[in-house]
Amino acid sequence: MLDSNAVNSAISQSYKHGFVTAIPSDTIPTGLNEGVIRLISAKKREPEFMLSWRLAAYRHWQGMTEPRWSSVRYPTIDYQNISYYSSPLTNNPDSIDLKDVDPKLLATYEKLGIPLSERLSLAGVAVDAVFDSVSVATTHKKKLAKLGIVFCSMSEAVREHSALVQRFLGSVVPPGDNFFAALNASVFSDGSFCYIPPGVRCPMELSTYFRINAAGTGQFERTLIIADKNSYVSYLEGCTAPQRDRHQLHAAVVELIAMEGAEIKYSTVQNWYPGDAEGNGGIYNFVTKRGECRGDRSRISWTQVETGSAITWKYPSVILRGEGSVGRFHSVALTNNHQQADTGTKMIHIGHNTRSTILSKGISAGFGHNAYRGLVKVLAAARGARNHSQCDSLLLGNTCSAHTYPYIEVKNKSSKVEHEATTSRISEEQLFYCQQRGLSREQAVSLIVNGFCQEVLRELPMEFSVEARKLLEVNLEGSVG
Amino acid sequence: MNILEIQNLQVSVMNKPILRGLELRLGAGEIHAIMGPNGSGKSTLANILVGRGDYQITAGTIRYQGEDLIVRSPEERAMAGVFLAFQNPVEIPGVSNARLLKEAFNAHRRYGHLPEMDAMTFRTHLQERAKHLGLSDDWLLRPINVGFSGGEKKRNELLQMLVLEPNLAILDEIDSGLDIDALTDVANGINALRNNLRSMLLITHYPRLLEQVHPDKVHVLIGGKIVMTGGMDLAGRLEEQGYGWLSEVAA
Repeated sequence: MLDSNAVNSAISQSYKHGFVTAIPSDTIPTGLNEGVIRLISAKKREPEFMLSWRLAAYRHWQGMTEPRWSSVRYPTIDYQNISYYSSPLTNNPDSIDLKDVDPKLLATYEKLGIPLSERLSLAGVAVDAVFDSVSVATTHKKKLAKLGIVFCSMSEAVREHSALVQRFLGSVVPPGDNFFAALNASVFSDGSFCYIPPGVRCPMELSTYFRINAAGTGQFERTLIIADKNSYVSYLEGCTAPQRDRHQLHAAVVELIAMEGAEIKYSTVQNWYPGDAEGNGGIYNFVTKRGECRGDRSRISWTQVETGSAITWKYPSVILRGEGSVGRFHSVALTNNHQQADTGTKMIHIGHNTRSTILSKGISAGFGHNAYRGLVKVLAAARGARNHSQCDSLLLGNTCSAHTYPYIEVKNKSSKVEHEATTSRISEEQLFYCQQRGLSREQAVSLIVNGFCQEVLRELPMEFSVEARKLLEVNLEGSVG
Repeated sequence: MNILEIQNLQVSVMNKPILRGLELRLGAGEIHAIMGPNGSGKSTLANILVGRGDYQITAGTIRYQGEDLIVRSPEERAMAGVFLAFQNPVEIPGVSNARLLKEAFNAHRRYGHLPEMDAMTFRTHLQERAKHLGLSDDWLLRPINVGFSGGEKKRNELLQMLVLEPNLAILDEIDSGLDIDALTDVANGINALRNNLRSMLLITHYPRLLEQVHPDKVHVLIGGKIVMTGGMDLAGRLEEQGYGWLSEVAA
């Protein structure tokens, strides 16, 4: 056991993406009403259907109350004190031509290690970058277009591919699904859109980098990915924000649709600003992510590494509707200092012989609070459904906490559901053993934590896996004395 | 110059004196055995040398290669070439032997201002040494000590020693719980590492291992002090007569 001396109470965590880009922005005044929604829609020159959709969602949201069932604690959010739209002023929101993008903005992404110029970008990764409320650049579009793949900002999709958007938007997460999803549906500003045509295997990783820059704004992005019959896509999402002493709200919605025989892999490395050591500032990350295996033999997998945010509250889920469809959820959630995470998944088995796997690794350090919450639901029709869940918690020190809340509802006798859970602590013996071989205590913690998470990290594409390991290391800094 | 020089070392655990004025000098390339009954302070000595907490040094000095060892952190001592083969090596789930050894090996390289070894070269380096101990490649990918038998854990400690090539190795009851064949393997491992620069302290209860290693000196530790020093004949006498006859000397 680590004694209290060994765990440094004055935890100093260094956040490496905390810089602010001084760039003129078009930020609308705080407050939320129908006028604001009309303004957002007008700024984005949206077709009429989109505005009506937003307004319907807003009216629904007004009658809803903020949920309080999770284990996370935060002061009441004043929704009238948030600005719902901010865009870098010098950038033409329609532009995907890097020549028109403010060089400062490009420099910001370079600083984050995300080169946007196609010449420089990693081979095999197409990037969409969302800065505050707008998408600033999407790379490799032409190459993808040759295969019939659409990869663009949501704003562009609403205008250019409105038939697809109208058909699929809100079909997995309806506008009134929950309080934050309804808020998002009302005010969502941008995000990524992706459509893979039948039989196409997307030849590169698609990725979106989200960054919140302006103060006092919220980010409400919406992502929609459709994999048509027998297609395949791997999608990555990364996020950072400047260091600010006020909390900022991030309420995103992600919808995935996999048609017959299609496969979608969705990976997230979430590194929003977590707040300082005393718990001031940081992002409230309240996100609804859901995929639907709509066709037979389709597959959706969620892999997430959650190291940032003051509060993480998300349950990437899969609706297993198609016969023989497969849903997978792999998660690493790290909470240090005063971070809180209430995260997990929902696997809803509807089709025959559907399968799901849940692998959750929670790490708590400092005063971190980490909860796994997951639902495995097997409907009466889901003959032969199977699920395996494994939830492991690792504790560093004795001021943090870990909780597991598994919910299992089975309405079909031929199904098989298994749940395993473990809780362990990094022991003083383990740390000393590594020190005796020449590692510092921090290197030892990082080695042991990496070992604990490796089954999940393995699921990430190579570039992200390296980044995820580094993030875990940075976010664990100061967690041992 | 002596690799290790301990003078008047006095150590307590929770205010209870364990070592009471221990003196020891270990020359370069020498192997010394430390024998003694349970509770005489053998493991305390091993733990003190590698900087384990929970012990209070109340008096005395420890010099390693002529410099004060006590002020250094455990990892600095390790990187400077002090190695402990643990009596009960701990399990570390999820971390492979190869992974820990690569990190440790490169930490040593950085400390010695040498370039780090790349993954491929290190793998060959590691496999050669594993082969020497009769360990298969998949052994290297197993998580550290997880599900290992007593004998396997001891071999694993020796493998780490072969890879890290320490100047001073302290082997704390490396022979406990081993059958005759495993004991011979361990003795061969120790002999293979022997050279005129590397020094070793063998902490043991039994002379069996010493018969195959032939230490330069045998010390008897009783009541926190070295009460007698001799050669292999002393180890033989202890096996026949136990420690009882020495209590007069200790008193």
